[in-house]
Amino acid sequence: MKLFVKFDHHALCTKVLKDKLACLGIPHEVTAFGEVRFYQQLTAQELGQLTVRLAEEHIEIVESQKAILVQKIKDTIVHMVFNDAEHIAVKSSTYLSEKLGHSYGFLAATFTDATYSSIESFIILQKIEHTKQLILSGDLSLTEISYKLNYSSVAHLSTQFKNVTGLTPSKFQRIIEKRKLLTGQ
Amino acid sequence: MNKDFTHIILADDDVDDRMFFTDAFDELKINTKVKTFKDGVYLMDFLNKHGKPVPHILFLDLNMPRKCGMTCLQELRQDKRFDSIAVAIYSTSAAEEDIENTFVQGANVYIKKPSDFKSLKKILATVVALNWQYHTNSLNRENFLLRI
Repeated sequence: MKLFVKFDHHALCTKVLKDKLACLGIPHEVTAFGEVRFYQQLTAQELGQLTVRLAEEHIEIVESQKAILVQKIKDTIVHMVFNDAEHIAVKSSTYLSEKLGHSYGFLAATFTDATYSSIESFIILQKIEHTKQLILSGDLSLTEISYKLNYSSVAHLSTQFKNVTGLTPSKFQRIIEKRKLLTGQ
Repeated sequence: MNKDFTHIILADDDVDDRMFFTDAFDELKINTKVKTFKDGVYLMDFLNKHGKPVPHILFLDLNMPRKCGMTCLQELRQDKRFDSIAVAIYSTSAAEEDIENTFVQGANVYIKKPSDFKSLKKILATVVALNWQYHTNSLNRENFLLRI
């Protein structure tokens, strides 16, 4: 004989999820369909276990996978700006997609969704922050900094610095120096 | 990530300006919680007594009765508890000397107050988003200067 069954997807999925979570014994609450709130911060080990257990039922942790990717993008950019800038011949979009194995479109969309900022403006921010550090350390001239950070010219760096901070590099330097005098550092 | 709030405090003696700002914050993509005070005395009393949660950003009108924005800024910067607050000063003045001095005294942002709502909203969005970047990417706050 043959029987036909009907699924309540919502209830079924929630039950599977609840059972899996119960196995791990971490205090939690299923707050909405596909959303779980934990009462404490999970350790990396617990999170790893959870990911594996859920994968057995073809359940994926969405938000945190995304957060991990966003963090990877940020780390790659920081590495690129702080260590590699002058050695990188390719465009940053190509660099990122090669390093992370996703298309740039996918990376950009994920990044913007999670951070309220675009990859481009994050790169610019990191470069300007690095510029600030280098200016204050006083070892390099602005021209040398512009070369080090792969700007086409010192004027390009100056303009971008002014666009991001509203101040010229020299004014920035003067303010920080005066501030140090004031606080007696 | 989207459920995190940026805590904002605003001190301004003008009731219309306070409304202008809070309306603008409401329309931002970043979630904000805003508290307002009508002068520097109320503001500093609140921060000294309660202080928690320490706001992420403090918007200070330079010209307020009883205690002006500059005095508040100086008091804040002498207190270690408030090191993490980004202070955004705003004023109608665009005198170079004033601007430089507020930065030297420890302000992070200097806003030249625009006259229309649309520009204000754009400015506030930039300030809050940039502060968010400093906050979430552990960038060096001492180098956080923005003139807008």
